[in-house]
Amino acid sequence: MFGLDKKDASLLLIVAALVAFAPFLLNPFPEGSAMAQFNAGYPDLMQRFVIFGIFAIGFNILFGLTGYLSFGHAAFLGVGSYAAVWMFKLLSMNVIPAIVLAVATAGVFALIIGYVSLRRSGIYFSILTLAFAQMSFALAYSVLTPITGGETGLQLALDDPRIFGSATTADGNIPVPGFFGLEMRDSAELVFGSWVFTFNVGYYFAAIIMLASFYLSIRIFRSPFGMMLRAVKSNQQRLNYTGLNPRPYTLAAFVISGMYAGLAGGLMASMDPLAGAERMFWTASGEVVLMTILGGVGTLIGPVLGAGLIKYMENIISKINSDILHSWFAFLPDGLEDLIVALIYPFIGKGWHLTLGIVFMLVVIFLPGGLVQGGQKIAAMFGRKKAEKTENATTEPAE
Amino acid sequence: MGILEVKDVNKRFGGLQALGNVNLSVAENTCHAIIGPNGAGKSTLLNCLVGKLIPDTGSVMFDGQSVLGRTPFEINQMGISRVFQTPEIFGDLTVMENMLIPCFARRDGSFALHGIRSVLSEGELRDQAEQMLDEVNMLDKRNMHSASMSRGDKRRLEMAMCLVQNPKLLLLDEPTAGMARADTNNTIDLLKEIKEKRDITIAIIEHDMHVVFSLADRITVLAQGTPLVEDTPENIKGHPKVKEAYLGEAA
Repeated sequence: MFGLDKKDASLLLIVAALVAFAPFLLNPFPEGSAMAQFNAGYPDLMQRFVIFGIFAIGFNILFGLTGYLSFGHAAFLGVGSYAAVWMFKLLSMNVIPAIVLAVATAGVFALIIGYVSLRRSGIYFSILTLAFAQMSFALAYSVLTPITGGETGLQLALDDPRIFGSATTADGNIPVPGFFGLEMRDSAELVFGSWVFTFNVGYYFAAIIMLASFYLSIRIFRSPFGMMLRAVKSNQQRLNYTGLNPRPYTLAAFVISGMYAGLAGGLMASMDPLAGAERMFWTASGEVVLMTILGGVGTLIGPVLGAGLIKYMENIISKINSDILHSWFAFLPDGLEDLIVALIYPFIGKGWHLTLGIVFMLVVIFLPGGLVQGGQKIAAMFGRKKAEKTENATTEPAE
Repeated sequence: MGILEVKDVNKRFGGLQALGNVNLSVAENTCHAIIGPNGAGKSTLLNCLVGKLIPDTGSVMFDGQSVLGRTPFEINQMGISRVFQTPEIFGDLTVMENMLIPCFARRDGSFALHGIRSVLSEGELRDQAEQMLDEVNMLDKRNMHSASMSRGDKRRLEMAMCLVQNPKLLLLDEPTAGMARADTNNTIDLLKEIKEKRDITIAIIEHDMHVVFSLADRITVLAQGTPLVEDTPENIKGHPKVKEAYLGEAA
C-alpha cells in the first residue's frame, strides 16, 4: 500500500489513527477531576506534539541514517519561522506560501551550512554546526534586527502591506493565519458528560503535514538513497572504494533534514504568527537531539515518540506546583505530607528538566535503542508468554 | 602495453624511501603477484594505485588514463576494485544490502538521488546481486547481518562486492591473511574460477607462497621499495636473488 511493504504501511496507519484520535486519547480524564491536569488534549500542546514530531523526524534522517550529529538544527527551525512570518507580513495570511518559503529558505541555509560543516565528521562536524547555529542566533538577536525583530522578535503589525490579503480585519484587528478561510486557531468542542474534547483546525492541519512528512521519511528510509546513507554511517572507506562519493549523500541528507526543520518552523509560525531568536538557541538544538535519542535513533517512529514525551513533560510536569502536591498528599499526617512534598518538589514545576534528565539517563543506560527498544522488549515478553502458552496447550492433552 | 602501467614511481615518508623508481606493467587478463618481505613497499604501491596516496614522482596509467590526482571513488568508477587486508564491508547492513550498493554504484555512478523508489523494486539489480552471491556460495546468508559473519565469509562477501562491479582490474591486498588452510584453498579456487570465467586482470599482494604460485602468471619481487626481479613463477622459484631477499627466510 502506498508503495510501502505491509509492516511499514501498518505503522503508518497506526500513527495516522493515533494522530486523528489524539483529541480523545490525550484527554482521558474528565474536566474538573484531580487528574485533569494530566490531560494533554488542548490545541496548543497537540500542535507542539506534531510540529516537534516533524522536526525530530527530519533530524533522524540525518542523525539516524548517516550518524552525523548536528548540534545546530534549531537554526533551520528559526529561519523557517522568520521566513513564514515575513510571508504573513508581506503577502497574505494564507499559510501555504508561508510554509513553502519557510522550507525553501531553510533548505538554502542548510545547503550553505552543510557544505562547510560536512568537510569534517564526528565531533568537529557537531561543533561546526553548533557554531553556525549560535552565529545565526547572535545575528538574529542583534545585527539583523531590521529583519528579525531582534530581542522582541518578529511580529505582525496593522500597517503590514499583505498585498494579497487585507492588512486589517473588518473590526480593525490583525488578521490570523488561515488555510483558504479556515483559521488555524478555530476549534470545535465536543462535550461528552464531563469530558470536553477540542478539535482544532491548526492541529489537524499540522497533523496532516506531519503524516505526509512521516510517509516521506519511510520512503527515504527504504530507498536506495536511504541505504547509501546507512552505508555512510557503517563504513565510509568501503563506500569510497565502491565508487560512491559520500559527500553529496551526506549533504543531501543534511539539506533534507534542514528542510524538515524549516517546515516545523513554518508551522510554528502558522499556529502563532511570531518568531523569536530564542528558537535558534543551542538548547533548542539540543532538545531535538534528546528527542531522537529518547525515542530511538534510526527508527522510524522513535523520534515522534521522543518529541511527544519531551513536550508532554515540558508542558504537564512543569505545571504541577507545590499547592497541587499538597492537595494530592493531604490525606497524610502533616509532617509526612510536608516531607513527601519536599522530596518531590525539585522534580516538578521549573524542576521538570531534572525529571527529563533522569528519564534520559535511564533510557540511555537501560534502553540504548530508546523507547522503541522498550516497546520491542515488552512485545517480545508478551510474545514469549504467548508462545509458552501455546506450547503448554499442545502438551496438556498428552497428559 | 599493459592495462596498468606504473612508471618511475617514487614515494618518500620523511626520511624513508618507501618506493624508489618502481616500474611495473600488468598485462591484461593476467594475474600479477607482488611479493616481498615486510616493509618492502607493497601496500604503499597499492595505495598509490587506488588514489589513497599520491606518489612524489612518476606516473600511474590505467587503461590509457592517469589515475594520479583522482579520488578513490573516481578510480573505482574507472574500473579498479580493491579488496582490503582486513575485510572492509558495511557491517550494519545485511549481506544483500552490501551486495546492492556496488550494483547501484556501477549503474548510477558516484551519486544518485533515488529517495522515493523502494530498494525492493530494483529487480534487475537484485537478480545481479543474488547471482553473484550464488557464485560465491553465500546465497543462503543474504539476509544475515554482515557484521555477525565469520572472517572468511566477510572476505568472500567483500570479494563478491568487488566482482559484481565487473572491474577491469581487481586489487587484492593479502586476501588470505589470517585465514584457515581450508578457507585459503577455497579462496584460491574461487579466484581461479573468476580468472577463467571473466575478462579480468588481477593484481595480488600476498605473503603465502602457496597462493602466489597457484594463481600468478607473473611475479614481481619488491625489496626495500624497488622491484628486484619480474618473471614467471617458475623462474622466480629458482632465482638466487629472490631466495636471498625473501624466500631465504622461509627456506
